[in-house]
Amino acid sequence: MNKQEEGRIKQILRESLPPVDPAVEPARDLWPAVLRRIDADPAAAPGLPRQNWFDWALLAGLVVFAVSFPATIPVFLYYL
Amino acid sequence: MPERSENVPNRFRLGDLDAFEALFREHQRSVYGWILRIVRDPAAAEDLTIETFWRIHRAHDRFEPARAFEPWARRIATRAALDWLRARRSESGFTDQDVADLPSKSAPDPGIAAEVRLKTAQAFARLPPGLRVAAVLSVIEEQPHKDVAAALGISVGAVKLRVFRAIRLLRKDLLQQGITP
Repeated sequence: MNKQEEGRIKQILRESLPPVDPAVEPARDLWPAVLRRIDADPAAAPGLPRQNWFDWALLAGLVVFAVSFPATIPVFLYYL
Repeated sequence: MPERSENVPNRFRLGDLDAFEALFREHQRSVYGWILRIVRDPAAAEDLTIETFWRIHRAHDRFEPARAFEPWARRIATRAALDWLRARRSESGFTDQDVADLPSKSAPDPGIAAEVRLKTAQAFARLPPGLRVAAVLSVIEEQPHKDVAAALGISVGAVKLRVFRAIRLLRKDLLQQGITP
């Protein structure tokens, strides 16, 4: 694909999906819906501790590794 | 109260709902516009704006008040829009009515047949969502590459590569439909 072809495809693409008007705005006030969404989710309340699935997955992986290869435990402890 | 308004980002970080509303009022239009550019469906863009601000609220304690709110919000909005595009990928894509309904700043070129425009829009909808987002923002909306890169959380080079791959796949799809660009 040469530069000319690339430019032509970009032009057809712009004509097929014209740019959105920069002045566009939502048809309604979305704030009440945002509030309802927040109220429906108790986990969003400030002050609650966050449960990070990745932390738990990492911990589970380490435990499985330690059980599978117990000889590596002293090496881990040495580097901690 | 200027002192209070200066503290809005700090208060938002601490979970203050009034500060969150102030940020919402200031940025809802730009976030909605950004999402609409990606998903090109006004009703979906409204739902995704609500979803984005809900995600923003959930992540309030990770917001750094010293940094600008807008790019952070755009990144969350882009992720929400990408999730939506991935979920809809199995569906048919654009119809001629979808293309006509979108609020646009320019009239279509009569030199390009309506059928070609529709087939191009449908071929574009079949592209992988990650490529589509990079191409729609860079090529159609002509956003700076660095803004697109920040919104997608990738490098400028990766954005250029995604755009190139999108154009190449689009050309292949059009050729298979008998349309020679």
